[in-house]
Amino acid sequence: MLSEAKGRQPDAAHGRTVPFDAAGESAVLAVFPHPDDESFAAGGTLALCNEAGVRTVYLCGTYGDMGRRMGRPAFTNREALRDVRTVELSSACAVLGCELGFMGLRDKCIEFEDPADVAAQVRRVIDEMRPSTVITYYPGHGVHSDHDALGHATVLAVRALPAGLRPRILAVAVGDPNVLREELGEPHVRADIRGVKDRKLDALRAHRSQTESMFAHMNEDAREDGQTSNFSERLTVREEFYVLDADAPTLVERARG
Amino acid sequence: MRPIDRDSIQAELDDRLGQELYLHLETTTGSYTKLGPEKKNPVIAFVRNARISYARGTVTGTGPYRVGLKLGEGWVYADGLTDYEVNERGELLLAGLDCEGQLTMALQLSQTPFREGQTDVE
Repeated sequence: MLSEAKGRQPDAAHGRTVPFDAAGESAVLAVFPHPDDESFAAGGTLALCNEAGVRTVYLCGTYGDMGRRMGRPAFTNREALRDVRTVELSSACAVLGCELGFMGLRDKCIEFEDPADVAAQVRRVIDEMRPSTVITYYPGHGVHSDHDALGHATVLAVRALPAGLRPRILAVAVGDPNVLREELGEPHVRADIRGVKDRKLDALRAHRSQTESMFAHMNEDAREDGQTSNFSERLTVREEFYVLDADAPTLVERARG
Repeated sequence: MRPIDRDSIQAELDDRLGQELYLHLETTTGSYTKLGPEKKNPVIAFVRNARISYARGTVTGTGPYRVGLKLGEGWVYADGLTDYEVNERGELLLAGLDCEGQLTMALQLSQTPFREGQTDVE
């Protein structure tokens, strides 16, 4: 049961939130389903790693081909969107100093693939680059079904590794931070991204088709609208993660019973 | 994409009468509706590369527009269409776009399968 399980994971830091230490990483792999997830969820953290000389790779699950944002006003269409977003992602990754690979899955359909197949694709990249940390979405707290499914597959990929070779899993939970704190407790790891916030914002701007509406609203509403300024603060001040135990059943597994 | 004019769309539909076509039909609210103030459920459906052939195809309405394709056994229906494009592959792309440029509806016809699978990057 999703509600009963709560998904609380054993906390490596014994209940304290520890800072993300880029210098302590040997290599970092980000695994998210869509072009722009890397910038929204972990753009600051990836930039911090790059500043510290740590190799980063973004393994992107899909081409974002089913996104509904076409720019504001629309400048692309359903069939051209995947190429637009592929180019945008290349630019964003250049801003973040991040290498890029694609899994080639169909946007919105990851949960309908065999999780073992998806996990095997993630595993191949882990084997190649031996990351000290893998960043992905918190399965069951991704909001988007692709987020949950790829987060789940990433946990499976790490679980299949021998204990000594397992990277740490940092999971991003999506939604209202206060609600998430109630459900999951304090985040285990917090990256202070104020020093790299311009790189994160530039990476987000590189995803023009997806973000120009957001930036327009931010500029229009920032002063009056508390929610918008909270949102922009969340984007530029900190990125927070939960450490997942690869052996613990994910919420996706628990929800299946 | 540019705003639909009915005569052009009707001509495009007439050109494809009786042909074996690939259909992409989609409607979407986006996946993040739960995060909105009304916490609405997402409503999303798509069919991609279904094979169809129609004996009568009509665009109606004064904007947004409707399209109905009468099949041998059944119908294809879409409401809320605002913009269109015939792309370099000759695919007829009809879309509903809201004031934020977000796609809410798509009805697309192609003589060859709509693109799927991996692209070579870099």
